[in-house]
Amino acid sequence: MRTAPPAATLTATFFKRALLSSPATILYCRCAYAQVVPTGVKNDVLQKLCDSSASFETVSDLCEMAAHRDPRLSAIAACGKLRIAACYPRAVKGLFEQAGSPLPADAEILNMRTQTAQEIADALLKADP
Amino acid sequence: MITHTHRPLRVVLYEGNGSIQLPAEARAKTMMALLDKGYTVTRSGQGASAMPHDDRSLLVLGAFEGKAPALEDATGRISIDTRDITGLEPDAIVALVDKSRGDKTMNEPGKWKPWFPVIDYSRCTNCMQCLSFCLFDVYGVSEDNKIQVQNNDNCKTNCPACSRVCPEVAIMFPKYQAGPINGDEINEKEAGREKIKVDISSLLGGDIYSALKDRSAAAKSRFSKERSPDKALDERKKCLTKLVGDGFIPADVLASLPSTEEILKKAEIAKAKAAAALAGR
Ligand code: SF4
Ligand code: SF4
Repeated sequence: MRTAPPAATLTATFFKRALLSSPATILYCRCAYAQVVPTGVKNDVLQKLCDSSASFETVSDLCEMAAHRDPRLSAIAACGKLRIAACYPRAVKGLFEQAGSPLPADAEILNMRTQTAQEIADALLKADP
Repeated sequence: MITHTHRPLRVVLYEGNGSIQLPAEARAKTMMALLDKGYTVTRSGQGASAMPHDDRSLLVLGAFEGKAPALEDATGRISIDTRDITGLEPDAIVALVDKSRGDKTMNEPGKWKPWFPVIDYSRCTNCMQCLSFCLFDVYGVSEDNKIQVQNNDNCKTNCPACSRVCPEVAIMFPKYQAGPINGDEINEKEAGREKIKVDISSLLGGDIYSALKDRSAAAKSRFSKERSPDKALDERKKCLTKLVGDGFIPADVLASLPSTEEILKKAEIAKAKAAAALAGR
């Protein structure tokens, strides 16, 4: 069993990791404000992400964030390579654009309303070329 | 536009160096519970990187074996709290997060439904029909004369009526059940079916709701500036009643319609805005 390192080491590790640009940032939308995404699929996708060792970002509801022009949408859009598990790509792109933070053209959007959890998890967690 | 954001915390589930990993099931259960309460959660695992930090306070949760380290942001801008979650069940972790948030306000699911139109600008031709149609001032025009959703909190929950007047099927409501309004891809057959060709000048002075009811050319000829305001209102109500009856829009939209006078005033304002925007292109 490992023991906790000194505070300074932990700070350095967290921020170094957070600031380094990664191959792809994974974002999961929970659609918690009005559940239009099938519960089984969204739970399974999150479970599969949790089963992996990957770091990832989760938000309660991208629609709610877009409605409030949440500044975190700009931070997400600026992440570089992005893989997003949410709903229809046209809607997700529109939400970011309307909030003034258009997604990069190569952002990969996985649709939890139509795809299977396995397909989505495979796409989110695939190794970068 | 709703601009208030209450986001007191970014919760970080730290499972990197110096902390013990949670069992996968407990990790997922904890994250689901936090997300369903409205929190955002970063899982900081091994190897990959999470999103860069922003200006929110960080609440770092980790199984630090009883020794949560004291952390400080090197820039001094962000406050960082660390909590040890060794041996805690998901419910207890959520309670710990709630306690750490204290009485700071947070947007929470269940109190409000994010319902507002989202424009697909790759399809929108800036025709301004949506601006003319909406009686609740949801739409406006940007400084560069582009149609914009400006007052999304004015939009009537569960009413997607404006998506039906857009001739380009460019208006989406992501929380709607069916496509293409929910953002599903549009096939050309569908696009043709959704298009409602109306004469914009008669529409601006008349009654676009009739267009939803009767899409034939004959129906279009019924748009007339000479119609009495009372008759126009009557038709609008009849049409809306039909849409309510069809289950397409909720009944409270009817109840919240502005007065005849206001409708005519709004039509005038929308006409002027649309004309100015179209002339300025
Ligand atoms: S973006 Fe899609 S999945 Fe996310 S909250 Fe909106 S409707 Fe739900
Ligand atoms: S009606 Fe459709 S195409 Fe016309 S301005 Fe509105 S969104 Fe754009």
